[in-house]
Amino acid sequence: MLQLKKVSVKVGKKEILKDFNFEFEKGKVYAVMGPNGSGKSTLAYAIAGHPAYKLDVGSLKLDGKEIRDKKPEERAKMGIFLSFQNPLSLSGVTVFQLLRIALGKKKDPLELKNEVETTARRLKINPELISRSLNDGASGGEKKKLEMLQAAILDPKLVIFDEIDTGVDVDALKTIAEFMDGNKKGKTFIVITHYNRILHYIKPDKVLVLMEGKLVKVGGAKLAEEIEKKGYEKVMS
Amino acid sequence: MQQSNLDFEYKFGFSMPQKYTFKSKKGLDEGVVKMISQMKKEPVWMTEFRLKAYGIFKKKPMPDWGADLSKINFDSMYYYIKPTDKQVNSWEDLPAEIKNTYDRIGVPEAEKKFLAGVSAQYESEVVYESINKELNKQGVLFCDMDTGLKKYPHLVKKYFGTLIPPHDNKFAALNSATWSGGSFVYIPKGVKVKMPLQAYFRINAERFGQFERTLIIAEEGAYVHYIEGCTAPIYTTQSLHSAVVEIFVHKNARVRYTTVQNWSNNVYNLVTKRARADENAIMEWVDCNIGSKVTMKYPSVYLYGEGARGEVLSIAYAGKNQHQDAGAKMLHFAPRTSSRIISKSISKAGGRTSYRGLVQIMPGAKKSSVYVSCDALILDEKSRSDTYPYMKIKQNDVSIQHEATVEKLGEEKLFYLTSKGISKSDAEGLLVNGFIDPVVKEIPLEYSIELNRLINLEMSGSVG
Repeated sequence: MLQLKKVSVKVGKKEILKDFNFEFEKGKVYAVMGPNGSGKSTLAYAIAGHPAYKLDVGSLKLDGKEIRDKKPEERAKMGIFLSFQNPLSLSGVTVFQLLRIALGKKKDPLELKNEVETTARRLKINPELISRSLNDGASGGEKKKLEMLQAAILDPKLVIFDEIDTGVDVDALKTIAEFMDGNKKGKTFIVITHYNRILHYIKPDKVLVLMEGKLVKVGGAKLAEEIEKKGYEKVMS
Repeated sequence: MQQSNLDFEYKFGFSMPQKYTFKSKKGLDEGVVKMISQMKKEPVWMTEFRLKAYGIFKKKPMPDWGADLSKINFDSMYYYIKPTDKQVNSWEDLPAEIKNTYDRIGVPEAEKKFLAGVSAQYESEVVYESINKELNKQGVLFCDMDTGLKKYPHLVKKYFGTLIPPHDNKFAALNSATWSGGSFVYIPKGVKVKMPLQAYFRINAERFGQFERTLIIAEEGAYVHYIEGCTAPIYTTQSLHSAVVEIFVHKNARVRYTTVQNWSNNVYNLVTKRARADENAIMEWVDCNIGSKVTMKYPSVYLYGEGARGEVLSIAYAGKNQHQDAGAKMLHFAPRTSSRIISKSISKAGGRTSYRGLVQIMPGAKKSSVYVSCDALILDEKSRSDTYPYMKIKQNDVSIQHEATVEKLGEEKLFYLTSKGISKSDAEGLLVNGFIDPVVKEIPLEYSIELNRLINLEMSGSVG
C-alpha cells in the first residue's frame, strides 16, 4: 500500500536517508528499528510530508498514487497519520478543536465529542487533558496517548508511530499497545522504535533495521529479539 | 494577489447611500468649532471649552514617537455631519437606510438576546437609542454624550475633560474641540448593572473624522460593563477616528470597558482612554484591536485610592499595511495599589505591532504590585513586532514582575497540525486563536466568537 522506491532525503545538504526501497503491505505491522541518528524519524517525516524533509530523489506511492509532491494535509486526507515522537504543546488549542477542524463536515460535533470522550476513557486519558491546551503540561505517556486518541478518531489507513515508547511508563505503554492491537484491522502500522519494549506487547509482521540512513536488514519478529539481546552492531556484523 | 481580509471586506465593507441634513465644510477653523457648538445648542462653557481646545490643537505638534502619522491631512476632513434631524426612540422610527446598515451588522438581532440598552452611533449623531426599563428604574443614565450634556449639565461639567484635559495630547485637543456623540453613562451608588451596556459605532462618510466622546461615572460600590464594538465600510481615502474616553471609578466601584476595534484598513485610530480608580476600586480595560491602518491607543488607569486595582488585557492584530501601536499605562499614586497588563500581539503579511507600556510608581505608593506580560507572535519574515516597556519606580517595597516573549509561528507547529489533515490557513487560525485565548476568555461570548471568526478570516485571506 505504501511503496518507496530509491528514496533519498536530504536535510540541508546532508543526505540522511539513502536509497531506501521497500513496500509496506496493507494490514501489516512493521517495526522500524535502528540506533540513534540512523534515519528513522526522517523516514517518518518524509512519508508524512514535512516540508524540510522533501524527497531528493525517488518515488513515494500510496495505493499506487505518487504523493511525493503532496502537502501534509493532503496526505493526511489520503489516510496517512503520523504520531509524533515529541508532540508539541499548543497553547489554547484543544485536541477536540484539532479533530473538529481536521474532520470538517465529516462528523457532527456532538457525535465527535462523544467519540472523543469514549476513546479517551478506553485509553485511560485524564479527562482534564481533553479540554486543556493540547499536550500542555502532559507527561510523556499522556502525550503519546493523545496522539493515539487522534489516530483512533481520524481513522487513517497508515499509522506511523515515531518512538511511541520513549518517555512512556510501562502502564501507558501497555494501554497503547493493547489499544493498537485492538484497532489494527485493515490498517498498516509502522512502529518506529529504538528499543524493543513495545514489541513485547505488539507483534510485528516484519522488522526493518536502519543503519546510517540505509535499510540494512529485513526480518521477522525474531530479529527484534536478537537485537535486544546482542545489540545492533553484533546482529549486523 | 489577494486582499488580506477579502471575505471580511465582502461581508462588512459596504456603504449605504447617505442622506445628511447637514455637513460642515472641509477643514477646521474657529468658525467650524463655533458652528458645531451652535448646531448642538450647547451652553457657553462648552463652546469656550471647544475653542480653547482648538487653540491648543493648533499649537501642539504631532507626536514624534509611535506610528507614522504624516499622511493625516486635517484640512481634507469634515468635522461635523448630522445625518438626520432628530433622535428617535424606537427601531421603527429609524430611516430605512440606517436600519439596513444596522441590520447588516446585526444590532437588533443582538439586542433581542443580550443587550440592556443600545446606543448606536451613526456618524456623529446618535440616532437610535433604546434604554431598558430596568436601567431607568435603577437610576442608571445611559445616553449619547450630546443628550447627556443637555439633560445632566452639572454632572457633565463636574467631570468632562478633567481626567483627559485638552492639553494632554494633540488628538485629545482635537477631540475636545470637535467632539460629537459618544456615550454618557452614570451609575448611582451601589447599583450593579447586570447586562453589559453596548454601543455600536460606524463611520459612513468618506473623509469624515469621527470624534466621539465618552464619559462613564460609577459612584461608590457601583458596577458596569461597557462594550464598544466597531465595524466600518471600506474607503479609498484616509479617515480619522479620534475618541476620548474618561472613566471615573469611585470607592469600591468596578468598571470594565471592552473594545472590539475593527475599523477598515484606511482608518487612523488615535484614541485617548483613561480611568481614575479611587479607594479599592477596580478598573478593567479589555482592548482588542484588529482593524484600522494605524492605531495608537494606551488605555490607562490612574490608581488614586489605596487598594485600587487596574487591569489592561489587550489583543492587537496587524496585517498588511497595518501598524498597531498599542499598550497600557498604569500610574500608582496610592499605597497597596495593584496593576496587571497582559498584551498579546500578532503580526502577519508585513504588519507591525508595537507594545508600548508605562508603569509608574509614585513616591508613597508602597506595597504596590505590578504584573506585566507581553507576548508577540510573528507569522512571517515580513512582519515585525517591537516592545517598549517603560517603568518608573520611585518607591521601595513594591513588587514588579515583567515577562515578555516573542514567538515566531514555527514550521514545526504548523506541520504538527497539517499532518493531522488541517490546511495551513486553518492551522494558523487555530494557533493564533490559541495564542490570544487567555484574553478572549474575558470577552463576552458573542464578541469572542466574532473575534475568533475574524482571526480565521484574516488567516484564510493570506497569500500562499
